[in-house]
Amino acid sequence: MSAAGEAVRSAAPLQGLRTWWTMLSICLEERLVYRGDFALGTLMRFLPIVTQVFLWTAVFAATSRTDISGYTRNDIVAYYLLTMLTRAFSSMPGLAGGIARSIRDGSVKKFLVQPVNYVSFLLAARVAHKLVYYAVALVPFAGVFFFCRGYFPEPPDAVTVAAFVVALVLSFLLGFFMEATLGMLGFWFMEVSSIVFGYMLVQYLLSGHMFPIDLLAGVPSGVAGVSLADVVRWLPFEYTAYFPAAVWLGKVRGTQLVWSLAIEAGWVVAMAVACRVAWRRGVRRYSAFGG
Amino acid sequence: MIRYLAIFGTFARACLVRDMTFRANFILECVTSLGWMSMNLAFYLLVFTFTPEIGRGTGWSKEPFFAFVATGLIINSIVQAFFMPSAEELTEMVRTGGLDAVLVQPLDAQFLLSMHRFDFSALANGAVGVGLLAWATSRLDHAPPPVAWLLYPLVVLCGVAILYGLVIMLAAATIHMGRNQSLYDFWFYLTNFSRYPAEIYSGPWGGPLRMLCTFVIPILLVVNVPARVIAQPFTGQSWGGVVAVVVAAAASLVVSRLVFQRALARYRSASS
Repeated sequence: MSAAGEAVRSAAPLQGLRTWWTMLSICLEERLVYRGDFALGTLMRFLPIVTQVFLWTAVFAATSRTDISGYTRNDIVAYYLLTMLTRAFSSMPGLAGGIARSIRDGSVKKFLVQPVNYVSFLLAARVAHKLVYYAVALVPFAGVFFFCRGYFPEPPDAVTVAAFVVALVLSFLLGFFMEATLGMLGFWFMEVSSIVFGYMLVQYLLSGHMFPIDLLAGVPSGVAGVSLADVVRWLPFEYTAYFPAAVWLGKVRGTQLVWSLAIEAGWVVAMAVACRVAWRRGVRRYSAFGG
Repeated sequence: MIRYLAIFGTFARACLVRDMTFRANFILECVTSLGWMSMNLAFYLLVFTFTPEIGRGTGWSKEPFFAFVATGLIINSIVQAFFMPSAEELTEMVRTGGLDAVLVQPLDAQFLLSMHRFDFSALANGAVGVGLLAWATSRLDHAPPPVAWLLYPLVVLCGVAILYGLVIMLAAATIHMGRNQSLYDFWFYLTNFSRYPAEIYSGPWGGPLRMLCTFVIPILLVVNVPARVIAQPFTGQSWGGVVAVVVAAAASLVVSRLVFQRALARYRSASS
């Protein structure tokens, strides 16, 4: 092998990193252009929590129960706050719709001729989006959590905190690949907005974003001995909201925690593969005309 | 006025034709919209398996609360069908300069910008809301008196007017900011406060919040007053709410008009 070939090969990983960094920088700058819009959007996300706090306070005030499915009023408030955090990682606003639009209007074709992988580009863009979001949201998040610290139980041990962080990172990847796969449906359907909306509904309900999944433990599924909560736990959605929050609140511990993290990682791999397969098959049937 | 009604009718017809051209998509939108509503209803049913009412002694037990939810569905479906699609489009029109073409039309800019595109699939929720209202009111301990039924459409329209004023003010914010993709989110989050009875906002934080959302941004009057008229015993006090929502609706329309005109005066074209 020639020295030049060796040099090219050794420079390849660096080149890949540089491409990633360039994509990240471009997306960061793009995100920061409309800072006002971005900051407003970040602040607004806290508003639904306020109504949830008052709703559940009213629910507990009208009943003699001290807890509902193992959640006290404080637990439920803490749960909603934690799902805000987990959704900050796993939610991917505009991703599926953006992919489908780029397929429909033909702008996706530049990724077919450029040496940039479309899914990697989207991932870099999403990382940039999240980095800007966290930078903007850090102060309001910290403020709200400090203000609401009374609702939280004692901080968990270091292992639980580590598991929580891993669950969050995996929830980001899972959310990304699930939505990206959905967006790839644009290769088969001209308009996917209704499908995306349907997915968002299912996601909102089954991820535990709407309420803790444990509340469904007493609701029969129609199969003897199987509750609706059991059915929901067979699906990947709970890892994008419920699971990290439940880890922090100590609802998932020990062996069950390790198993759950492994299952979450398995879902990430499965969805990443599904996304790649959908991209390859989609590109094969894609056709573009004109400039 | 007749000219504007005719143009409104033309826009509505054009949008209906467009919706009917993509019938499968229209049906799918209706279904997903109904899905969202069903999820919320299921959530409320789940909540009522744990508690007899929302807030102790508030009177918002299951049936009155579902009448409340039905009222919210009716009001929101009207706003979502007739005003929100145009407002959402405005966000991109400001950024791309498409607003210029509207401003040179020989028509009122606010009318054109807020009522040129409709989403008829959003009315599906309203239709279910009417059915839910019929079910809930038929099971109330106190049947609504005729005066409540007479007042109900009026206060529902007042609720719509308050929300329309809010949409227009958010649109004005779009013109100021140059781009406001969060408009729909902001709308969703703000109207979130109107989704529950005002009584839940109590205590040292809830009290001031209730005042703010009643007298400054009258979002709490939107559903609460109509729902109270129909779902709670109609007393002399109910008239206070009716007067308040009528005044708030008139104020919302006037203030939003002024704010929108001011925003347009500051608009600088983004096109070449």
